[in-house]
Amino acid sequence: MAMTLHLDVVSAEKALFSGTVSAVFAPARMGDVGIYPRHTPLVTSLRPGELKIEVEGKEDQYLYVSGGILEVQPHVVTVLSDTAIRAEDLDEAKAMEAKQRAEDALRDQKGDLDAAKAQAELARAAEQLRMIERMRKMRK
Amino acid sequence: MAGEKEIRTQIASIKNTQKITKAMEMVAASKMRKAQDRMNATRPYSQKMLNVIGHLANAHAEYHHPFLIEHAEVKRVGFIIVSTDRGLCGGLNINAFKAALKAMQDWQQQGVGIDLCLIGAKGTAFFKRFSGSIISQVSHLGDTVHIGELIGTIKTMLDAYTEGSIDRLFLVENEFVNTMTQRPKVSTLLPLVAEDNEELKHHWDYIYEPDAKVVLDELLRRYIESIVYQSVVENVACEMAARMIAMKSASDNAGELIADLQLAYNKARQAAITQEISEIVGGAAAV
Repeated sequence: MAMTLHLDVVSAEKALFSGTVSAVFAPARMGDVGIYPRHTPLVTSLRPGELKIEVEGKEDQYLYVSGGILEVQPHVVTVLSDTAIRAEDLDEAKAMEAKQRAEDALRDQKGDLDAAKAQAELARAAEQLRMIERMRKMRK
Repeated sequence: MAGEKEIRTQIASIKNTQKITKAMEMVAASKMRKAQDRMNATRPYSQKMLNVIGHLANAHAEYHHPFLIEHAEVKRVGFIIVSTDRGLCGGLNINAFKAALKAMQDWQQQGVGIDLCLIGAKGTAFFKRFSGSIISQVSHLGDTVHIGELIGTIKTMLDAYTEGSIDRLFLVENEFVNTMTQRPKVSTLLPLVAEDNEELKHHWDYIYEPDAKVVLDELLRRYIESIVYQSVVENVACEMAARMIAMKSASDNAGELIADLQLAYNKARQAAITQEISEIVGGAAAV
């Protein structure tokens, strides 16, 4: 029996690869790993790098992953690939940005001001209309 | 009865409006198809991730991640509310906001504080007047959303949970049932409840690299992010579907209005002609 394993490579935005392969090489956090069938169960995070997929009788395929997680079971390998570049301090910066935006949105009362202005104008116009209506009636 | 000319200009202006609503309907229809494709493309990721998490939960790791720990006492809760950036999409946003407000009210009656995380400009505009505090906000994501744009916003809420400043985290989103129906949904993000799945019961003894803590942390973070990302993508599909329906009914209404006005116009024209003829006849008789 030919030794194969099933590989799934998925990212949050779409599925990238799914099929039967003979070996996978991945850039793991602690160094590159080569996964052949019957590998011992392993979970590891990935560095940004190249994923090499070997399929019997076909040319090797390469996929770029910008990090993610690799799960290995004896005959099933799953790569959860990131689409965004991740780093602890980069994430932190993004979080700060999101907070800043919230504060800006709260401070920005311009929208409300415009609404208030429009409302005042509307009230004035309605008052004018009522005046015209009254004058018409008086004339009749 | 209004004059002929006035009716004619009114018809012309309604026709212009109808042209716009028809165009918007068609644009929304084509965008909806793309958004639906994107929505379906995001499914495998969270499914696979759920599998992996299921395996890990059954692998009896000695480490318990903060996301899996339920806070016994609830003092403050967080809501992530997904909305659209633009209007003219029927009651889509309002329905979701109503569902959110109802859930919030239940907590507020128990004296629980509320933190908000808003995705989309409409949500920001709506909840600005709300008494809860807005922790983070992101808007103007466009039709093609990338997960990178959401990471920061979600992280603020996840950090708040880890620190213990919020004790529950909810997600308010629109569920895409079909083109005609979008249903607002409030679901619990945190704490994560590990599902007991018989299929996943076999016991894997994983090797963790670098260690269980780091891997679990990355995995769970990405899992929550992918759920929120999915709901944002789904919301785009909902937005387009809702807009398509709203614009379709607007076009139909415009058509009805035009038909009514056309009738009124014809009557007015007929009346004017009749009047003219009777005047001529009257004039001829006088001669």
